[in-house]
Amino acid sequence: MNADPALQKGSLKPEKLVDIEDLTVHFPVFRGLLRRQVGAVKAVDGLTFDIRRGETLGLVGESGCGKSTTGRALLRLYELTAGRILFDDKDIAKLDAGELRAVRPSMQMIFQDPQASLNPRLTVGAIIAEPLIEHGVLKGKARRDRVRELLDAVGLNPDYINRYPHEFSGGQRQRIGIARALALDPSFIVCDEPIAALDVSIQAQVVNLLQDLQKKLGLTYLFISHDLSMVRHIADRVAVMYLGKIVELGSVDQLFNKPKHPYTKALLSAVPMPDPKVEATRQRILLTGEIPNAVNPPKGCRFCTRCPEVIDKCRTVEPEWRELDGGRKVACHVAE
Amino acid sequence: MPGGQHRNSQWGRPISQVLEVRDLKTIFHTQDGAVHAVNGVSFHVEEGELLAVVGESGSGKSVTMMSLLQLLPMPPAEVTAGTAMFQDRDLVRLSPNEIRDVRGARIGFIFQDPMTSLNPVFTVGFQIMEPLRKHMGLSKAQARKRAAELLELVGIPSASDRLDDYPHQFSGGMRQRVMIAMALSCDPKVLIADEPTTALDVTVQAQILELVRELRQKLGMAIIWVTHDLGVAAGIADRIMVMYGGQIVEQAPIAELFDRPRHPYTQALLESLPGRHKIDERLRSISGQPPLLMAHPSSCPFAPRCRHKFDKCTTANPPLVRVGGVHDVACWLESATAEAAQ
Repeated sequence: MNADPALQKGSLKPEKLVDIEDLTVHFPVFRGLLRRQVGAVKAVDGLTFDIRRGETLGLVGESGCGKSTTGRALLRLYELTAGRILFDDKDIAKLDAGELRAVRPSMQMIFQDPQASLNPRLTVGAIIAEPLIEHGVLKGKARRDRVRELLDAVGLNPDYINRYPHEFSGGQRQRIGIARALALDPSFIVCDEPIAALDVSIQAQVVNLLQDLQKKLGLTYLFISHDLSMVRHIADRVAVMYLGKIVELGSVDQLFNKPKHPYTKALLSAVPMPDPKVEATRQRILLTGEIPNAVNPPKGCRFCTRCPEVIDKCRTVEPEWRELDGGRKVACHVAE
Repeated sequence: MPGGQHRNSQWGRPISQVLEVRDLKTIFHTQDGAVHAVNGVSFHVEEGELLAVVGESGSGKSVTMMSLLQLLPMPPAEVTAGTAMFQDRDLVRLSPNEIRDVRGARIGFIFQDPMTSLNPVFTVGFQIMEPLRKHMGLSKAQARKRAAELLELVGIPSASDRLDDYPHQFSGGMRQRVMIAMALSCDPKVLIADEPTTALDVTVQAQILELVRELRQKLGMAIIWVTHDLGVAAGIADRIMVMYGGQIVEQAPIAELFDRPRHPYTQALLESLPGRHKIDERLRSISGQPPLLMAHPSSCPFAPRCRHKFDKCTTANPPLVRVGGVHDVACWLESATAEAAQ
């Protein structure tokens, strides 16, 4: 008898849609007259985690921690330095360009800045049709019907098909970006700060749309954001990154109500809450300094230079990625 | 907002207003016509008070602040009406030379992006010393000593050594501390901070907010803090003013506004935030888009998106009226209930 819920439902698909092992992306640094490589920016340094079918995994951290690089590396938009990415049980880390092309339709991306990620010279119809043309699915009227259907699905009037991006507001442009990502019927979408450029009242519209689409189409999201309150709202599980490493990963409840890693605790305590009573009484853990350089990260635990709970061992021994309670994982010597 | 004496609810004694703005109007002349960016804004700041100004992009919060200090390029901008009384002088009527004496001396200003507001080719020390020598008439040696004290005040380690460093040698958070040091250099009566932590990471933002809390205790100047983040406002402000479509739609002490928001826009804004209601519930979004402000508003700017809209909202623009002891709202709904009660 197999206890795996995905198998019980009669589906033979694995529960893990994306299974990542030791994902590493280093960007070489060249210096001097001969442009010799003098080091590497260790943007993403050995991540092991998985994304379950149909869930939203939130990926949070501050700028420069490597969260966007992780998202792009998962889609093979960056050359990997090392690591394995099982997507639907198929290792896509080693695929060549041709093989990768066959997998691409099922993994898509929504970008942060809808202004920069939509070609201003193309009509909305042409932008959304581009992936369909590129992959040779649907032609003529069928393609046009599909574009209209996608516009409708993201809450835009299908009659706007011949308009240009500048005729839309920021929130509407982000809807166009979402329609384009949906064109090829993907199963997995990396949302890279999809609401960061939008006003508060518009953010809620886009987040609701993403949730509706997920329910309707059974999508799996990696939701990258620095907005912890929004991640708490949309995600099922959350991974916290610091300087190229995931330091803690757990369910929303575990992470937000009982954080274990000192960095997670500090990060949560720094988020301003829109409630003066909470703000007046809460205990803040103030970190000193800022994130160290990823070219030359601290030895041992990367957080040891700013950690309020640091012990000697942290400065020499890198903490292992271990399971703590109920599936939560943490990389810390002190957390228990 | 009624002028004259105000009573500080906390201490019960009269306290004075350091800045009083009345009916300020700023328009931008563009090829497509005039944009009414600020439309009849009236507010005041009391001594030692922190007033948060919140609103979305295009609500007119930054343009209001920049109009006060004549920081807008004119043309295309034009302040068409209003007064801004500060120390018995009307800021918007001052000559370029007169306003220069006020800017950076009696009113300090902190901008959003510390990298673009510091000059990359001069040392940080030089830039902090400049207003000290110009406005306070200090000698070079005195100014340098004061600059080092200021850097220490804002929590920059080994302050006197860092005076000779250039802005790029500081991190984002440290640069914003430098900006705060510069803004505080001449002991301003009022400090205007325009989204000072928006470009910073959340843990660095927490450090800057803590610094501002400490500095308020030590220095006691009035602060106007412009932000789009209601969480930041909740954490540091005494009073909060909500702007929409170039107007003030609501104004109240911080606890009052979060407990009893009265304008439909404020209510909708608070409801759209995650974490203000039960998890798993859908976020309540505000449908539609903010107004373009191309026409002189003859109706409530929020009417097209308002769920309580009625006839009057589309025919006349509601004035800001006092509804509770310290609570002002610009909404016909409030006037309607007031009339019904009478």
